[in-house]
Amino acid sequence: MKYMLLIYGDEQALSETERQECYTESTQLAHEINSNGQYLAANPLHPTSMATSVRVRNGKRLVTDGPFAETREQLGGYFLIDAKNLDEAIAIAARIPTARKGTVEVRPVIEIPGLPTE
Amino acid sequence: MSKDETERVREQVDAVYRSESRQVLATLIRLLGDFDAAEEALHDAFAVAVEQWSRDGVPANPRAWLVSTGRFKAIDGMRRRARLDASLTELAKQLESRTSDAEQWDDGSVEDDRLRLIFTCCHPALPPEAQVAMTLREVCGLTTDEIARAFLTKPPTIAQRIVRAKAKIRDARIPYAVPSKTDLPDRLDAVLRVVYLVFNEGYSASSGGSLTRHDLSGEAIRLGRVLIELLPEPEAVGLLALMLLQDSRRAARTSPTGDLILLEDQDRSLWNRDQIAEGTSLVERALSSRRIGPYTLQAAIAAVHAQAPSAAATDWVRIVGLYDVLSQTDPSPVVELNHAAAVAMRDGPSAGLALIDAILARGDLGNYHLAHAARADLCRRLGRTAEARTSYERALSLTQQEPEQRFLKRRLAALSDQTS
Repeated sequence: MKYMLLIYGDEQALSETERQECYTESTQLAHEINSNGQYLAANPLHPTSMATSVRVRNGKRLVTDGPFAETREQLGGYFLIDAKNLDEAIAIAARIPTARKGTVEVRPVIEIPGLPTE
Repeated sequence: MSKDETERVREQVDAVYRSESRQVLATLIRLLGDFDAAEEALHDAFAVAVEQWSRDGVPANPRAWLVSTGRFKAIDGMRRRARLDASLTELAKQLESRTSDAEQWDDGSVEDDRLRLIFTCCHPALPPEAQVAMTLREVCGLTTDEIARAFLTKPPTIAQRIVRAKAKIRDARIPYAVPSKTDLPDRLDAVLRVVYLVFNEGYSASSGGSLTRHDLSGEAIRLGRVLIELLPEPEAVGLLALMLLQDSRRAARTSPTGDLILLEDQDRSLWNRDQIAEGTSLVERALSSRRIGPYTLQAAIAAVHAQAPSAAATDWVRIVGLYDVLSQTDPSPVVELNHAAAVAMRDGPSAGLALIDAILARGDLGNYHLAHAARADLCRRLGRTAEARTSYERALSLTQQEPEQRFLKRRLAALSDQTS
């Protein structure tokens, strides 16, 4: 089963060095779970100041600056993994560096037919 | 067959239902991979039992018979529905081959099934109130109506919690498994928390007229027994000891009119000696392990009280010592408050009052009625009547429980008698 691990943390909290360390550790984790066949994708995201929100209402496009919601912790990256069950997904989530300071939200992915595959 | 004979078989089936239905359900959930399908299969199996056992007699191993019949009924049902939905044919075939192995319901794996069920119902990915509802429904076999009555909510509320929990177990794929060794301590904590919550809900209802709801406490103690039989971890033993020792005081802690009686004023001849003996020996067993946790320490404190002939003759030095250890392993303002109350008994009210005032000054327990009630009591003993009144009134404004309110009002009235 596929799980999306959404990584939330205070995007102001890390120094540049800490951010690089976080990337290194996350890359290492990605390689480890890849060797078990559990890795599907992962990426950090640019901060919410880079975000643009798009809505279409009555056929009219509304484009605004900023994230969907202003929150204390922001979505800063994700892992898409393949795990046997929720406990396995939780075990991987707990190894993501930001889990120690922020929060990792584990969401099971709905598989729908007809999506393009690689 | 005579009418008496039919009646006798029905009674036997009822007895088997009471003793075996939860184990059968736990195994069927594993075999069928779905809570609802397993419950349906359980019902079907018992329906067949009533019919067949009155004809052929009760089988030698009713549990294995019920599991096997339930499984067959589930596969059969799926085949019949497959005429409308072709995808079920394959599923039924898979299920049949996957579960045909007879050893899948031998005693060892069946005992594990009960643990799997407990750990799944108490999975931390479920909201706490759903963990409680699922445990009482699936592990203890209470009906939704019974759970709703015990928690003073409406049956649809409980039913909805259970439906949502089952949906999350299915859709987020919460495994039907005993946790791995690394996860076990945390996951066991979650199970113990649910058991203790059920016990406390029965022991001291959070609101409403009746102070004790014996059924829930009894259920929690039964759960505690099952747990230490399946998984004899020291803290599980400690929790069972704690529940037994607290429950031993049940008859003494309320008056015939439902009023609260404090530990120091209780008629100790009403304490249940069998529960005290069992609880005390369980405490010793838990303490002899090297891993002593908060439940064991609280049970050890309860055991000291249980052995004392009166409040004055209690070993307060040992109780203060145990609270010292408890505040290191599991620090919390409530533990500190209890520690302060024990110090007041050992060293006198002013020593205890200084500690309680320090806790309240930090603002930690400002809205906790028992902190103000404890403070009031120490002020009363020191003859500081005006302060005692203020604190009793504060406590009164913070509790919703009727017996507690009546108790505080009596204390306030007694203060007025003293001054007039």
